[in-house]
Amino acid sequence: MQALVASIQDFFIDLKKNRLAYYYTLPAFLVMGFVILYPFLYNIVLSLSNMSLTHFRNWRIIGFQQYISVFSEPVFYWVLLKTIIWTAVNVFFHVTIGVSLALLLNRPLWGRSIFRTLLILPWAVPQYITALTWRGMFHYRYGAINLILVKYFGVHQIQWLSTPLGAFAAVLITNIWLGFPFMMVIALGGLQSIPRELYEAAEVDGAGRFQQLKNVTLPLLKPVMIPAISLGIIWTFNNFNVIWLVSNGGQPADSTHILVSYVYKAVFNYYRYGYAAALSMVIFGILLLISVRFIKQTRATKGVY
Amino acid sequence: MAGSLKKKDPWWLTVLIYLILMVFTLVAVYPILRVISISLRPGNLLHSTSLRLIPRNATLDSYRVLFTEKPFLRWLLNSTVVSGMVTLLGVGLASTAGYAFSRFNFKLKEAGMISVIMTQMFPVTMLLIPLFVMLIHLHLYDTFIGLVIAYSATVLPFCIWQMKGYYDTIPVSLEEAARIDGATHFGAFYRIVLPLASPALVITALFSFMGSWSEYLVAAVILNDRRLFTLPLGLKQFQSNFDTEWGLYAAGAVVVSIPVILLFLFLSRWLISGLTLGSVKG
Repeated sequence: MQALVASIQDFFIDLKKNRLAYYYTLPAFLVMGFVILYPFLYNIVLSLSNMSLTHFRNWRIIGFQQYISVFSEPVFYWVLLKTIIWTAVNVFFHVTIGVSLALLLNRPLWGRSIFRTLLILPWAVPQYITALTWRGMFHYRYGAINLILVKYFGVHQIQWLSTPLGAFAAVLITNIWLGFPFMMVIALGGLQSIPRELYEAAEVDGAGRFQQLKNVTLPLLKPVMIPAISLGIIWTFNNFNVIWLVSNGGQPADSTHILVSYVYKAVFNYYRYGYAAALSMVIFGILLLISVRFIKQTRATKGVY
Repeated sequence: MAGSLKKKDPWWLTVLIYLILMVFTLVAVYPILRVISISLRPGNLLHSTSLRLIPRNATLDSYRVLFTEKPFLRWLLNSTVVSGMVTLLGVGLASTAGYAFSRFNFKLKEAGMISVIMTQMFPVTMLLIPLFVMLIHLHLYDTFIGLVIAYSATVLPFCIWQMKGYYDTIPVSLEEAARIDGATHFGAFYRIVLPLASPALVITALFSFMGSWSEYLVAAVILNDRRLFTLPLGLKQFQSNFDTEWGLYAAGAVVVSIPVILLFLFLSRWLISGLTLGSVKG
């Protein structure tokens, strides 16, 4: 960020010195500026305005009113809490399942590549298809999940999509299913880059299986996993598709919303443009805070940039 | 654990590992098999409580209807065109930008990298309305060009980050040697570094393609003309009515997923070595 404040003169000297670097990055930043930076600035303006269905053309700047209403509506805190639970549960299972499977797959094993290939599948299926398919599988009468539960486990049918708790469990299960292969692949890549000599040295020192895992494998995996986990947190926090498509827009009664789907509802169902823009800014702020803290705490900055 | 070379696993551990792997594999594969199974059901059995994977009286009727009575081929063509353009643009721009971030120490480097990461934190709703307004002003609303530009911008941050991470693992000495042999700066990049980075290029291409092949929300906002519909918009139609056309949906889902699944499986080896996220330095 300091680079931004650096004097203009410095910048021009740099422009001459590293002209090639600017040529290389310019096209990408033009496209991103066009589609991301401009909407971002526009969104800031909107968040300070009173734009809504009744004030669609004759909107004006009203200051921080929309932010005040974001923070004064109790529903915001409830949705925020759910978003945090949603993110924490998802990322926890993605990482534990992903890393565990990677550890299992990283040993000499017959059929290893078959398992690896099949375990990547949930990632390969387009997300919206996963979501719509799981929605079908959670159907009370015809869905595979209830059919299997009744037939093989003797459990009663569960009202997945019609109760708030059931629907939340359903979106969680769907998203855990589609998210663990990413972490598994990252972990596999990381495991491959750990030099074998380290294990040989550990064995010479008399370290057992568990000690090798704890003192060699996991610490060396950490720098690889941290950027992936940060990305995972951000993506999960903002995951619109799964929530929206599995619970069909937040059903029952808007009870499954996380922040991003809640904003979408505010825009496209209630036409509260100014309010939605302010809430979007708040979401962005929260994510920025979380990521900065997370990256700082784990001191992975060197690896990330 | 992972690297124990000499000691052999006790038999119960091997059994346990296979058991765990098999359970997870079953869970990973089952929903996919289920969709295939539904796509093969005859029309009168769509609402059925059967768990058979190959349904009674299995038929390809849903596929026939999909290809002959619905504009599925058009959606397929549209999605292919859009995804192909996004892939070209994504790979082209990310491979150069990532290179600059890896090799040069320029003033805006840190700010640039941070802003690349920050774009990932924008909730999609934040971009949708302004994008919508802007595309209307530029007469790009309801066009493929508008959609391609929007998609490229959303896939670029991850691709740049990913390419930069991979370039970091390629020793600079290789380019320096090429420069001494008389290659230009760009020549060294193009002839020496780029070929070495092919695993990362493949991954970048895969992500650019996937990102646009399976995107629903932005397409729903930008495209209005039914003739321009991409696959996600088309398939959602089967579900948007009061009575979901499960057979058609399932058949469509199978056809849409097969190319990406095949790509993934084909590239899965590269996926592990090419997806670095910028920190593998042995």
